[in-house]
Amino acid sequence: MKKIFQRPTSLKQVPFRFCPGCGHSLIHRLIAECIDNLDIRERVVGIAPVGCAVFAYDYFNFDILEVAHGRPPAAATGLKRAMPDRIIFSYQGDGDLAAIGTAEIIHAANRGENISVFFVNNATYGMTGGQMAPTTLLGQKTTTTPSGRKVKTSGYPLHVSELLSTIEGASYIVRTSVDSYKNLINTKGAIEKSFRYQMEGKGFSLVEILSPCPVDWGFTPKDSITWLRKEMMSVYPLGTFKDKFEETG
Amino acid sequence: MREKLFLKGNEVIAEAAINACCRFYAGYPITPQNEIPEYMSHRMEEVRGVFIQAESELAAINMVYGASAAGARAMTSSSSPGISLKQEAISYLAGAELPAVIVNIQRGGPGLGNISGSQADYLQAVKGGGHGDYKLLVYAPYNLQEMWDLTMLAFDKADEYRNPVMILGDGVIGQMMEPFFPTPYVKPDLPEKDWSLTGCKGREPRVIKSLYMGEGELERRNQIFQEKYLTMKEIEVRYESVDVDDSEIIIVAFGIAARIALSSVRRLRREGLKVGLFRPITLFPFPEKKLSVLAEENRRFITIEMNAGQMVEDVRLAINGKSEVMFYGRPGGAIFTPEEIYEKIKTVY
Ligand SMILES: Cc1ncc(C[n+]2csc(CCOP(=O)(O)OP(=O)(O)O)c2C)c(N)n1
Repeated sequence: MKKIFQRPTSLKQVPFRFCPGCGHSLIHRLIAECIDNLDIRERVVGIAPVGCAVFAYDYFNFDILEVAHGRPPAAATGLKRAMPDRIIFSYQGDGDLAAIGTAEIIHAANRGENISVFFVNNATYGMTGGQMAPTTLLGQKTTTTPSGRKVKTSGYPLHVSELLSTIEGASYIVRTSVDSYKNLINTKGAIEKSFRYQMEGKGFSLVEILSPCPVDWGFTPKDSITWLRKEMMSVYPLGTFKDKFEETG
Repeated sequence: MREKLFLKGNEVIAEAAINACCRFYAGYPITPQNEIPEYMSHRMEEVRGVFIQAESELAAINMVYGASAAGARAMTSSSSPGISLKQEAISYLAGAELPAVIVNIQRGGPGLGNISGSQADYLQAVKGGGHGDYKLLVYAPYNLQEMWDLTMLAFDKADEYRNPVMILGDGVIGQMMEPFFPTPYVKPDLPEKDWSLTGCKGREPRVIKSLYMGEGELERRNQIFQEKYLTMKEIEVRYESVDVDDSEIIIVAFGIAARIALSSVRRLRREGLKVGLFRPITLFPFPEKKLSVLAEENRRFITIEMNAGQMVEDVRLAINGKSEVMFYGRPGGAIFTPEEIYEKIKTVY
C-alpha cells in the first residue's frame, strides 16, 4: 500500500494547542512539509517569535531559537552570517514584525539577508488578548479599539508586503492566505520557493500569510473565513509583489 | 612576549577580541567608542569574520544573540545611551544562557549627556540593568594592558559561565594611547558548546529560550542562575591593592578613577601620609570579602568615582558600618585631576 498522507518528520508527535480555527497550526504544518520536501530539516534553525507562535519549539522537530519581541530579523541575521550554509527562517506575527520590529524587518530586507521570513497577518495581537495591530482593518473592533479602528487616532492598516517590495535588497515578497485548499497550496508553494531561494543564495524573502483568529475576532471559525475573504482580502490583496528571479516566458 | 603595541584604548579592545577568536561583531556608531566598530570593519574582513553596522543598538545586540546561539564568539560595543537600548537583549542573553561580550565605553548622562568619560553606568552594569534577576560578570580595566587582558578573559568567562560579560570602560580610557604588551591568547579547556543551534544533524533538536511557563519551572531556572552567580562570587573576584597594609585611609576606586587616584596616592605617600588604594577589577562579583577584612583594622575609606556616588553603596554594604566610608565624586562627565584627589585626601586625613 502506498502512503499518501503522513505527519511531516519536521513536526513533533504532539497535538497543536492553538485555539479552534486558528491559522497558526496550518502554517506550522506547511512549513514542516516544505522542510521535509527539501530535505533540510537537519540544517534548519527556526526562530520562534513573541506572540501565539512562541511555542513553535513545542511543535517543530528541529532547532529553534526564541527571540525577543520584534527582533527575529536581527537574530536571524546573526544566525545566518555565523552559519551561511544553514537554512534560517523567522516566524513572526503582525505585532512582532509590523509594530515593535519594524526597523529590524526593513533593514534585514534592505541588507538582502539570505533568510526566509514567514509573516502571519491575523489583524490582531493574538497572544495578549486581541488588541489592535498595525494591520487591524479600519472599523475593526479590538480590545483597544472598542468602537472600531479610526484613522484619526490610529492611522491606517499597514501594508507590509507592498512596503517591503519597494526595498531594493528584497528578492521575493508574496502575500498568500490559508482560507481555502487552493490558497493553502499556494502558501506552501511560496514557503517552498522562499526556502529554495535561500538555498540558492538568492537573498531575502518574505511570505505574508493572511490567517484567521476566530477567538479574538469574535467569530466562529467558519465566519472568520468569510470575514477574512471579504474584509481582509479587499484590504490586503493576495499576490506576488516582488520576485527578482521570476522565470519569464 | 611580543613587541609593545601602540593603539587607542578602544582599538585595544577590538584587537584583543580578534585575538581571542571573536569572529562576529555588530554595533552602531556612538562617541566615544566609534574606534571599535571602525577597527572591526576592516579587521573582521581580514580574519574572515563578520562585521555588521546594524540599524540600532537593539538590532546589533540581537544579531549577537543569534550568532552566539550558533556557537560563535560574538561581541557588541556601545556607549551609555546605546547600552540602555541593549538592556532588553542583555536580559534575554542572561535568561537564555548565551555567552556574549558587551563593551560599554561610558559617557556622561543622563539622557544624551555629553561625550566625556564617565562612570555613571556602574549601577546599571552591576545590579542587572534589564528586567529580571540576573547578573553580568563586569570587568573594569584601568589601563590598556588590562583592556587587552580582560577583553580576552571576558570571552573565556562568557563561554565558561554561558553568561553575558561586560567590559565597563569610559571615554577617557577608550581614547587614551599608551604602550602595552599584547600577551598571546591561550585558549583554556572549555567544554564543547553542546547547546548551540547548528541544525539537528545526527542529534535531537535543540531549543534556546527564556520562556518557562510550567509550574515552578522559572523559579528552578532562576535558582540555577543564582548558583552560577554564587560561583562567580567565590572564584571570579579580582582586585588590586596598593599600599593598603599600613594605611590609615584607603581610597576605593575603579577604572579610570583608580588610575587618577593612583598618582595622588604616590604623592601622598612621598609626603609620609599613610594612604592606600583598593581597586576592584571585577565590579560584579564585587570584592566585598576583602574590603570587609580591611575594615576590621580600624581605618577609614573614601570611595572616589566619576559619578554622583554609585559604587560607594557596595563599599558601604561590604564594610557594613565597621569603618567610616566617605565619598568624593564628580558627575556629568566631569573628570577630576590627581591634584584634586590629593587636596581632597589632605583635607580629610
Ligand atoms: C517588549 C514586549 N512588549 C510587549 C510584549 C507583550 N506581547 C506579547 S505577544 C504580543 C503581540 C503578539 O501579536 P502578534 O505579533 O500579532 O502575534 P499573534 O499573537 O497574533 O500571533 C505582545 C504585545 C512582550 N512580550 N514584549
